[in-house]
Amino acid sequence: MKKPQLEHRHAPAPYASYVTGFLLSVVATVVAYVFVTQQLLPKEALTYTVMGIAVVQLVIQMVFFLHIGRGSRWKLLTFVFTVVIVLIVAIGTIWVMNHLNYNMMDMSPDEMNRYMDQHEGI
Amino acid sequence: MTRAEEVMATQSRKTLGFWIYLMTDCILFASLFATFVVLRVGTAGGPSGVDIFSLPFVLLETMLLLTSSFTIGLATLGAQRGYKGQSMVWLGSTFLLGAAFLSLELWEFNQLIAEGNGWQRSAFLSSYFVLVGTHGLHIAVGLLWLIVAAMRLLRHRFKATDLHRLSLLGLFWHFLDIIWIFIFTIVYLIGGMA
Repeated sequence: MKKPQLEHRHAPAPYASYVTGFLLSVVATVVAYVFVTQQLLPKEALTYTVMGIAVVQLVIQMVFFLHIGRGSRWKLLTFVFTVVIVLIVAIGTIWVMNHLNYNMMDMSPDEMNRYMDQHEGI
Repeated sequence: MTRAEEVMATQSRKTLGFWIYLMTDCILFASLFATFVVLRVGTAGGPSGVDIFSLPFVLLETMLLLTSSFTIGLATLGAQRGYKGQSMVWLGSTFLLGAAFLSLELWEFNQLIAEGNGWQRSAFLSSYFVLVGTHGLHIAVGLLWLIVAAMRLLRHRFKATDLHRLSLLGLFWHFLDIIWIFIFTIVYLIGGMA
């Protein structure tokens, strides 16, 4: 495949792209806000829904505002790499720290053994 | 390579360099988000998110920042097409919207501290102030950059170097809006759920 010309990849972005991105972002923000203030879902489902909407808005802004895919190809590559690192840092931390909570609870060793027996069957 | 192509290739490299800085900033914010999520429950008998956050207020902040992200895009597009006056008007609007956002945020911080809910109150509030404060600091730097960019554009009559820097400022500003989406969602919407 032929590499697209530099001029083509650096041509000014069209106005329409910004207007679309802005309108879609406003809609996404308001939808997430209404979901939470009106409590349209039970708490856990609500958490996942608004996180989902945030990710959708991330994609909208990456495409329409930051024009991922235009300019240098390394832009997309470094972005994907960063997403991987961010996920490892964020999800990894939450995962590890939630498990560590067992060791940080205000309990004597005896109480801890009983707690582990009741809740985890250990 | 002709001269024009050379300039374009240099600008492309500079954009990439700035982009990589933004990506490292993402990792900084990722660690602050992770810290916040872990410490969110550590209220030490103090208030939790639902007690102190006002969602309509935060929605207003979000809309201000989102609109400023739109107007800086318009300023960049106008400048690239040679509409100097229009571009300056959009840059000015971006500055006002950004300044309004930052003022609201500082007012909120001030309220919290006045009520005794400063960063020393609990682990939750420490992580909240660090995360939202770091974002606010970036906005403050962005506002300063906006002033410098506007002054340079006026003084040097929109020469190519300054147009390119304006597009980098645009990237920075859009990036800050994206970080804010996640602050809005994770800190305020999820953290403010009853």
